[in-house]
Amino acid sequence: MWVAGENAMTETTGKACDMLNDPIYLEIVSQLRPHADKSVNITPNAIILSDLGMDSLAIMDFVFDLEDALDLTIPEHRISEVKSISDLVDVVYKLQKEA
Amino acid sequence: MAIFDKFQPLTDVHEQLKSVGQSPSALQFDEIISPTEAVLNGRRTILLGTNNYLGLTFDDASIDKGIAALREQGTGTTGSRIANGSYGGHKELERELAEFYGMRDAILYSTGYMANLGAIGTLAGRGDYLLIDADSHASIHDACKLSDAQVIRFRHNDPVNLAKKLERLAGKPGEKLIVIESIYSMLGDTSPLKEMIAVKNKYGASLLIDEAHSLGVMGATGRGLCELAGVEKDIEFVTGTFSKSIGTIGGFLISNVPGLDIVRLASRPYMFTASLPPSVVATARQALSRVPGATELRTKLWDNATQLYAGLKNAGFDLGPQVSPIVAIRMQDPQKAVALWNGLLEAGVYTNLALPPATPSGWFLLRSSISAAHSSQQIALAVELCTRIGRELGLIPCPLTQGASVEMMNIATKKKPSEEPLETVKDDAVVQA
Repeated sequence: MWVAGENAMTETTGKACDMLNDPIYLEIVSQLRPHADKSVNITPNAIILSDLGMDSLAIMDFVFDLEDALDLTIPEHRISEVKSISDLVDVVYKLQKEA
Repeated sequence: MAIFDKFQPLTDVHEQLKSVGQSPSALQFDEIISPTEAVLNGRRTILLGTNNYLGLTFDDASIDKGIAALREQGTGTTGSRIANGSYGGHKELERELAEFYGMRDAILYSTGYMANLGAIGTLAGRGDYLLIDADSHASIHDACKLSDAQVIRFRHNDPVNLAKKLERLAGKPGEKLIVIESIYSMLGDTSPLKEMIAVKNKYGASLLIDEAHSLGVMGATGRGLCELAGVEKDIEFVTGTFSKSIGTIGGFLISNVPGLDIVRLASRPYMFTASLPPSVVATARQALSRVPGATELRTKLWDNATQLYAGLKNAGFDLGPQVSPIVAIRMQDPQKAVALWNGLLEAGVYTNLALPPATPSGWFLLRSSISAAHSSQQIALAVELCTRIGRELGLIPCPLTQGASVEMMNIATKKKPSEEPLETVKDDAVVQA
């Protein structure tokens, strides 16, 4: 699981990895930018619903874009598990493993 | 009381709406005069937001059948059909529905909302997949909560995105049920049905289409978008409602798939709700019997829809993508949307105000639904009033100079000095549709 914090590590991939350089994290940030409030700083701990100025419709559009970018599907019940960006990174790794 | 504290965001929006005019959820009609007119706050008002597509709510034959059933069979069934048994009318209406759609079986539900809950929530179970359109009606989202299936959304009316989702499920066990709507209730846009069916067939999925807004409205005999598109044989399940073109209340599930009857014993919204009262069944049967031959009503309905759509479009409003019995004005500014809705109400036209997140792409919508019973004079008056108020609010260009337009907008603003900016509406919908 991801540990909250900017230097969080992943166990999911089995490798020590700085989240800020993680390709999934970077892709999520890239897909978030067009949907998030321009003035906010996107960090791994950012809570998507409250910290990034996104409502449920913006989140849905972001998820569609992310799915296209990563070529995977994020089912509804997995989206409902997500609060922070680090949660989402974790979900993506799990889904990739299950695919 | 603390238990209501979680509804504070809803309360705030409701209070803001009340502070600048009427609250859409608190309107009370003094009198209903006809399918297209009512008295509201002492004023005769054109009803342009009631989904009464064929105008059958005051149909003499339906009323007579309802009264006769009330006298012969009483006011209600006082329980579900599982517990209290079926009345003859329930079985007859199911047979007539199946015959009307040319399908094998039909199951009645007590509302259209419950038909979707009962059908979708039951047909897809644990280990199955529900693939739903991003702009699905609330009843479809709620049905997903009732189901144990995995729920996957696809982009609105996008068969390519649907295909991608199905491709990723290829080889995985479990049924895949795609859920779409014929006419989407907010903007009135229709599903690209043939393309959706091609994708469905390619990946061996099933398709359920909600024809709530198209029954009686589309197709040569009023069977909806599936009839119009000539694809009825490719559809596994159809749901619908009697609360729009049929003019009463109730819902249904229709299918050609053998063995539908067992759904009755697994569908909680069927099992644990009182069945439709005999009078409602009688009025629904009478109205349904008129639908195949109601060609003139359909023609008038589409003429009215075209008149309203063209009138508003020519005035400069931003509308939904196509002519439809649902015509929605799209707005970015919540204050102006609320002001337009209130202005029309004060001028004697009732429409629906729809706010995000119940609306596509976060638009603020003034939603109209048209009836065959509307006269062209009523539609013309609605266009005229909408145009006048829209200009005053600066929603559409004024034929005068730009400076004059700004001045008119300022005058409109001065009329309501108490108006406070509406905060961005949060996640709970306030919708009158």
